[in-house]
Amino acid sequence: MTNLKQTKLHEFHVENGAKMIPFAGYSMPIQYPLGILKEHLHTRAKAGLFDVSHMGQAFLIPKDGNFETAAGFLETLVPADIKSLEPGQQRYTQLLNEEGGILDDLMVTRLGMPEHCHWIYIVVNAGCKDDDYAHIRTHLSEGITLRINNQLSLLALQGPSASKIMSGFLPEAVTMPFMNSLDTLLKVNGDNLLCHISRSGYTGEDGFEISIKHDQVLKLAKALLVHDDVELIGLGARDSLRLEAGLCLYGHDIDTSTSPIEAGLVWSIRKNRRKTGGFLGAGRIQRELVEKPARCRVGIKPLARAPAREGTEVLSQSGDQIGVITSGSFGPSVGSPVAMGYVQQKFSKIGTKIDLRVRGKAMPAKIIKLPFIPNNFYRGE
Amino acid sequence: MKYTKDHEWIRMEGNTGTVGISPYAARQLGDVVFVELPEEGKLLAKGGEACIVESVKAASEVYAPVSGTVIRTNTMVKDAPETVNADALGEGWFFKMEISTEGELAMLMDEDAYKTYCEGL
Repeated sequence: MTNLKQTKLHEFHVENGAKMIPFAGYSMPIQYPLGILKEHLHTRAKAGLFDVSHMGQAFLIPKDGNFETAAGFLETLVPADIKSLEPGQQRYTQLLNEEGGILDDLMVTRLGMPEHCHWIYIVVNAGCKDDDYAHIRTHLSEGITLRINNQLSLLALQGPSASKIMSGFLPEAVTMPFMNSLDTLLKVNGDNLLCHISRSGYTGEDGFEISIKHDQVLKLAKALLVHDDVELIGLGARDSLRLEAGLCLYGHDIDTSTSPIEAGLVWSIRKNRRKTGGFLGAGRIQRELVEKPARCRVGIKPLARAPAREGTEVLSQSGDQIGVITSGSFGPSVGSPVAMGYVQQKFSKIGTKIDLRVRGKAMPAKIIKLPFIPNNFYRGE
Repeated sequence: MKYTKDHEWIRMEGNTGTVGISPYAARQLGDVVFVELPEEGKLLAKGGEACIVESVKAASEVYAPVSGTVIRTNTMVKDAPETVNADALGEGWFFKMEISTEGELAMLMDEDAYKTYCEGL
């Protein structure tokens, strides 16, 4: 495995028994000795610690010091409402191309720090970050700077114990609203570590994502791992967790051929933006909102025990191919196989009986509502 | 007990062989979530596909170590696939077969040879 990049926690992963694999040009932990199944279950029961430092972190900075300038620019590239973000608030959206296809999905945050609340912070997928930055640069307005930060690591702490654990380092963590962030100091073993912490994640559980300088991430990771409830979690369990949560994985469930409408992400596009457009690809989005797209993303439940994986043909009861699975595996919390895929619009109703062609045989399945398990996002009180 | 290069094992009792995968293979696979066993009566050729073992991440084939006929399958690994990880050499067996060509057994590795083989991987 030559020329693979490493995160600052590479040695830490290896010391903790990680099985490292190449992923998006990085050497990343797919699992630890606990194994994917137990890591997944542990995250939903207690707290899982993920190193997601391979992802891209960057800032859009308006030279005139006005948030509206930066937001107005980003709104030409994403369908989400960015202008209405309060300081510290975060939103999920997609970068679209001219055809309305998805270039990447990302988290967008308006920074909360008074001196920086005109800044926009974005986190993009590792496999797409170079292309994303190039795309943004191609369209960059005069008055905006794209500042990529390669000195930041990113950790995620997810699970029902995350809040209690985080409160030991930051008392305000307990009451932080979902999809909000703080730029603050974490008290870690007598040190004060500056970080950007948001109440967000990609597992369907309550939890936090913490952006912190490279030279401090090991200290934080060790301090978190010391906690009885925390286990290190690899990319294997990260995938099964997000799949059960019905969340898309770029390059699998969404790509340049899929629009956010086909992908069932219309909830991430506010009504005002649906109406007025003004972003790359808006034409297709507006057309699909009216005419309904030819295909749409659905949850698929194989009815027997065999998992059905990405690429599996989805068949109607009469044997015609009506779709394909884009993500499929075994769901440890569900206790059975789970999958997501695209089917022709008329077969997308919940409960529709379908067949899946697994190893040449037609196996029964049905269209099911997502997520497979209820999410546990923090809702206050 | 004899082993194949693909990490299957076969334990003979008279003319009946019990087949499973080695702990090494089970560890490589990770948590087993599903096993597709052959049907009783199925004729297997040495090296032919006998079972499918699925972990969370991927599906793998299990090949027949020698030729023969499947006479029994292990319902425990069907109902509790994690048995393969817990006890690959014992309760995690996949099927029993009446072997047809005793000479094929000689081509397999014994325990020491298999151990050496794994160390070289």
